[in-house]
Amino acid sequence: MMEKVIDIKHLNKSFGSHEVLRDVNFTVNKGEVVCLIGSSGSGKSTLLRCINLLETPSGGEIIYNGENILDDKHDIKQYRTHLGMVFQQFNLFNNHNVLKNCVVGQQKVLKRSKEEAKANALKYLQIVGMDQYVNAKPRQLSGGQKQRVAIARALAMDPEVMLFDEPTSALDPEMVGEVLKVMRQLADEGHTMLIVTHEMEFAREVSDRVVFMDKGVIVEEGTPEQVLVNPKQERTKEFLKRTLKQ
Amino acid sequence: MSFDIILSILKENWPSYLQGAYITLLIAVFSTIIGALIGLLIGVVHTIPLRKKSFKAVILKIINFILTVYVEIFRGTPMIVQAMVVFYGLYAYGIEMDRFVAAVVVVGLNTGAYMAEYVRGGIVSIDKGQYEAAAAIGMGHFQTMVHVILPQVFRNILPATGNQLIMNIKDSAVLSVISVTELFFTTKSIAGANFRFAESFIITCFIYLIMTFIASRILRVIEKKMDGQDAYQVQTKKEEPIL
Ligand SMILES: Nc1ncnc2c1ncn2[C@@H]1O[C@H](COP(=O)(O)OP(=O)(O)OP(=O)(O)O)[C@@H](O)[C@H]1O
Ligand SMILES: [Mg+2]
Repeated sequence: MMEKVIDIKHLNKSFGSHEVLRDVNFTVNKGEVVCLIGSSGSGKSTLLRCINLLETPSGGEIIYNGENILDDKHDIKQYRTHLGMVFQQFNLFNNHNVLKNCVVGQQKVLKRSKEEAKANALKYLQIVGMDQYVNAKPRQLSGGQKQRVAIARALAMDPEVMLFDEPTSALDPEMVGEVLKVMRQLADEGHTMLIVTHEMEFAREVSDRVVFMDKGVIVEEGTPEQVLVNPKQERTKEFLKRTLKQ
Repeated sequence: MSFDIILSILKENWPSYLQGAYITLLIAVFSTIIGALIGLLIGVVHTIPLRKKSFKAVILKIINFILTVYVEIFRGTPMIVQAMVVFYGLYAYGIEMDRFVAAVVVVGLNTGAYMAEYVRGGIVSIDKGQYEAAAAIGMGHFQTMVHVILPQVFRNILPATGNQLIMNIKDSAVLSVISVTELFFTTKSIAGANFRFAESFIITCFIYLIMTFIASRILRVIEKKMDGQDAYQVQTKKEEPIL
């Protein structure tokens, strides 16, 4: 029996009268790498943002390690430290240099000592190949470099689950392989990852499970083989045909 | 009007001019700092996210209303009138404020009302992604403000703060109505004694110019300092990274 880390039950999200997520049910198990695919506007980012409560769900439950975090009593800040988020737009802290970006959360939120935080930050900056740029400010970096720092910043918090919203779409082509290597390494070490991506090749390579979303509902999920190679649903087939043509 | 007369006025009264200029500078600097702090506080309070219908939200709404009233009153009335109301108003209730303190309070409150708008604008203009990234690593509103947002706001409002300082150096002259011995008031006394109004005030004019010019230069230097180096250093193994 697999251990459920995140268990989503009947999740709904509307923006005004616009229903973006409708009765979404799915689970992320410990140590699992799950890829979330689907066409633009299908609600993938919204689902990810609901999971770490950057968006407030309109209904349903999000169970994290057995507790419903949508309960009023639940400590949201504490919960969020267990989730590492990598944004499409990097969102590095503009006022801090590379090292400080990876240190400030550890020090101020996790209350780690300066030395410990620094050592941990450097460890992950080295993994993403940005340890030579510790003194650079975000505005001095290329998009690809910024995203690698953003990944290191999230990893430095030692989260239980990493959430990626299209982590490679802003990276230079030659950086993609390097990032995948890092992510595989994390998967091997038992990290749990939920990745939104438009790159089918990548999804097939790294994921244990693929989830296909369309118009706010989960249409199909299963192993990469099941979903990406032998899809059962018409909508999945259509989507794959459209994406692979590009 | 002649240069000789100006020189002789200066010779006779330079300690008074200097003392007046000193008081003017003190009022301007203190009130700008107080104003900036008030502005920051109001800006931060105004941008606290309201969470549903809680007791806290109601309190916050009331505080926001009071702060808005303060801003409107101080922006909507002349400072010279505010000075009269504050000083003589309190006097009527038997509270005799030190004139210098009253001056700093009036100019400070005035500056605060203007700075509140700049700070609010500075906070709102910061990319939503900055807040989200901070929230995503578990920072609360206060931590996000202190470690991420306000340092960026500081930089953004620095030019406006500089303008306020320069305005305060000049506008503190109106405080002569409550007999604060700043530069304008001092000059009036000097001119009242020698009856050389034009010459006495020409000197004052230059002193104001020198003060505002130096203030703007200093601020330019601070801005440059805050922006840091244009280029970063790629770290080699030996060097210690700088936090
Ligand atoms: N803050 C918001 N207010 C209103 N509508 C929103 C908001 N955020 C997202 N939406 C809508 O929700 C729908 C799903 O958006 P979402 O960003 O989750 O899609 P996505 O699957 O991530 O797409 P993409 O692949 O382009 O990133 C879209 O129709 C979008 O317009
Ligand atoms: Mg998206």
